[in-house]
Amino acid sequence: MSNLQVSVYRYNPETDSAPYMQEFQVDTKGRDVMVLDVLHMMKEQDSGLAFRRSCREGVCGSDGMNMNGKNGLACITPLSDVVKNNKLTLRPLPGLPVIRDMVVDMGLFYKQYERIQPYLQNDTPAPAIERLQSPEERDKLDGLYECILCACCSTSCPSFWWNPEKFVGPAGLLQSYRFLADSRDTATSERLSNLEDPFSVFRCRGIMNCVAVCPKGLNPTRAIGKIREMLLADAT
Amino acid sequence: MSNLRSLTFDAIIIGGGGSGLRAALELAKSGKKTAVLSKVFPTRSHTVSAQGGITCAIASDDPNDDWRWHMYDTVKGGDYIADQDAAEYMCSEGPKAVFELEHMGLPFSRLDNGRIYQRPFGGQSKNFGEGGQAARTCAAADRTGHALLHTLYQNNLKNNTVFLNEWYAVDLVKNASGDVVGCIAMCIETGEVVHIKSKATVLATGGAGRIYASTTNALINTGDGIGMALRAGFPMQDMEMWQFHPTGIYGAGTLVTEGCRGEGGYLINKDGERFMERYAPNAKDLAGRDVVARSMVMEILEGRGCGEKGDHVFLKLDHLGEEVLGKRLPGIVELSKTFAHIDPAKDPIPVVPTCHYMMGGIPTNIHGQAITMDESGNDHIVNGLFACGEAACVSVHGANRLGGNSLLDLVVFGRAAGMFIEGALNEGIEYLDASESDIESAMKRITRWNESEGGESIPELKAELQEIMQTSFGVFREEKNMLEGVDKLALLRERIANAYLPDKSNAFNTARVEALELDNLMEVAEATAIAALERKESRGAHSRYDYPDRDDVNWLKHSLFFPATKELKKRDVNFKPKTVDTFEPKVRTY
Repeated sequence: MSNLQVSVYRYNPETDSAPYMQEFQVDTKGRDVMVLDVLHMMKEQDSGLAFRRSCREGVCGSDGMNMNGKNGLACITPLSDVVKNNKLTLRPLPGLPVIRDMVVDMGLFYKQYERIQPYLQNDTPAPAIERLQSPEERDKLDGLYECILCACCSTSCPSFWWNPEKFVGPAGLLQSYRFLADSRDTATSERLSNLEDPFSVFRCRGIMNCVAVCPKGLNPTRAIGKIREMLLADAT
Repeated sequence: MSNLRSLTFDAIIIGGGGSGLRAALELAKSGKKTAVLSKVFPTRSHTVSAQGGITCAIASDDPNDDWRWHMYDTVKGGDYIADQDAAEYMCSEGPKAVFELEHMGLPFSRLDNGRIYQRPFGGQSKNFGEGGQAARTCAAADRTGHALLHTLYQNNLKNNTVFLNEWYAVDLVKNASGDVVGCIAMCIETGEVVHIKSKATVLATGGAGRIYASTTNALINTGDGIGMALRAGFPMQDMEMWQFHPTGIYGAGTLVTEGCRGEGGYLINKDGERFMERYAPNAKDLAGRDVVARSMVMEILEGRGCGEKGDHVFLKLDHLGEEVLGKRLPGIVELSKTFAHIDPAKDPIPVVPTCHYMMGGIPTNIHGQAITMDESGNDHIVNGLFACGEAACVSVHGANRLGGNSLLDLVVFGRAAGMFIEGALNEGIEYLDASESDIESAMKRITRWNESEGGESIPELKAELQEIMQTSFGVFREEKNMLEGVDKLALLRERIANAYLPDKSNAFNTARVEALELDNLMEVAEATAIAALERKESRGAHSRYDYPDRDDVNWLKHSLFFPATKELKKRDVNFKPKTVDTFEPKVRTY
């Protein structure tokens, strides 16, 4: 895969009147490197190219982006997974305002996360040791707590594109269910009543883009289904 | 500097990882005007990568466990230059701090009785080394750091902590009396540079593993707090002490937790031999990390390494079975597939010792107050400056940190710093304001980069620095090689001082951040190199061919590097814990 053709979304608000795609030739020396490695090689050619990165191992969630049309983390996506005909097109996560190049403003995404009160609530006095939880109760948090807030899911969700202010989105709802499912949390009814309007949860149309793109293999659609069931049971 | 906007806080915490967020939580609850300033959104901090767990005598796996046993292990693990008052504080306060995390919602794995799951880790014992292997590391599968960091961030949201996310701290502001009274910081999104005034400035900036070419550390671990403190003239302690983690994935450098060996995995050489049985007959693969890393390098140097080049060994996990791997080590299965292209349920993972942790840092007391030392060897508190977490050297880790002790360090000393600052603010503290020239000197280096008109490129200089450190200051060290390294670094410092920032734009200019980070890497590398050259013994992670033995007569001491003179001095280790007898130095075997 020598001299990979990479097309990258560029926009610097200080100098560009409009965004454009810039072409790079990158010599990967035939290795199947990660997309993040390719970004670093391009940054050596043009230090102005802006993108976020931190852990480079898929746990911090900094480098979510759109690679040949699919959202994912650049640091754990090998070229062999995404490149077709020696071409790679990189765009920022869709649907969020662009600050510069691949860097998007995550404000709306974080706002929806904060809205679900993403912290354990328990109105009983804490014991001197830990609160007990059986392994079976703890198992219910698997597939939920591992979310890294990369926003790959919410920014691939048409319902979130249409209503980012009102629909919590898959990432926020996955976390909402993480607390609803926690045997130690006592705020179930408050949590549900915060979600019972027509938009927060019910704008999910089961498109399942979120499941298709989650780099951690999580399933927000299933979590949303569970919340719906709880809301409906609550209403009856 | 009237054109700089200024922001005023009671306390500014620089760094949004585990220790910074724990300190912030304490202060947010107190109602003090506090902010956390972080160059990345807090959950992107390197704490998120911690895997195996948080070591603490919560007496869950063994109801008779005792924090004193944990303290003994910690002091022995640190090869006796951990401060015993600090290790005592961490191990005895630890359970409180861990239970608080659980109450905040941290999703720990569980035992059948509903208590927190604990697994064996390296260097752990019962009954002061006499009672066999302990299982003392509290875990959330192999994603404990992620679970801990998210839990702390969530609880800071709950308590309305103010966040300056994606802001970069450039330098400390010091007044005429030498007190730290704030910092210069840049909003990365807009490029605006501001003067932050604060009565307490907490450096919770984490480690600096990126001084090495091969490291488990995140790309953001560039020692920013260490660089700031050194440029402000403050000394660094035990900077020669760098931990090489035995199991970084060969080629990629990504971490594979010690928990793999805690769950029953072990290392093999090219002959399939479980070689740790020869080097550490009792603890075997769960000896101290320094011991295991050296043993691996010996195997490789003696021709028993694996692979075409014979330059790594294997970590064998397949005998644990898919169920244990899926339940206890799911993240490792993922990482092995992604970065080593193998399934650990079938094949061993190629691993090699990889730079992992900085035991040294800003010397502090147990309240997080930064310390300097005068000509006659007396400690002095630096007014206004605090440090906690990996950036600090309290020192609980001495010459070698035990696995699982870094997460405990973060929460215990983040919490301690927060509590102390709250108390100090309640008593009322006022320092002299910074003058125009104090602020100007903190602006010097960002101005230098902004005005640079030509010179060498930042990524190339960074790569050279990392290569020098890798070649001359690795697992085994010796004088000739280190002298060469020190000389090369001196030249590199000149070249970095004349390097070029081509992109001068304001909006989210990551090239500027990388330029500022390069200065910090340079500071950390130099302090490391000079301390390593001058400590003429082998102790813990600092291992020299030319001085192969521990020298307690001359070096049962902290080293203290002074940036102005580039001198290395010695500082006394604390051997006076308050409630237990001193652990006297013994020969360290596993």
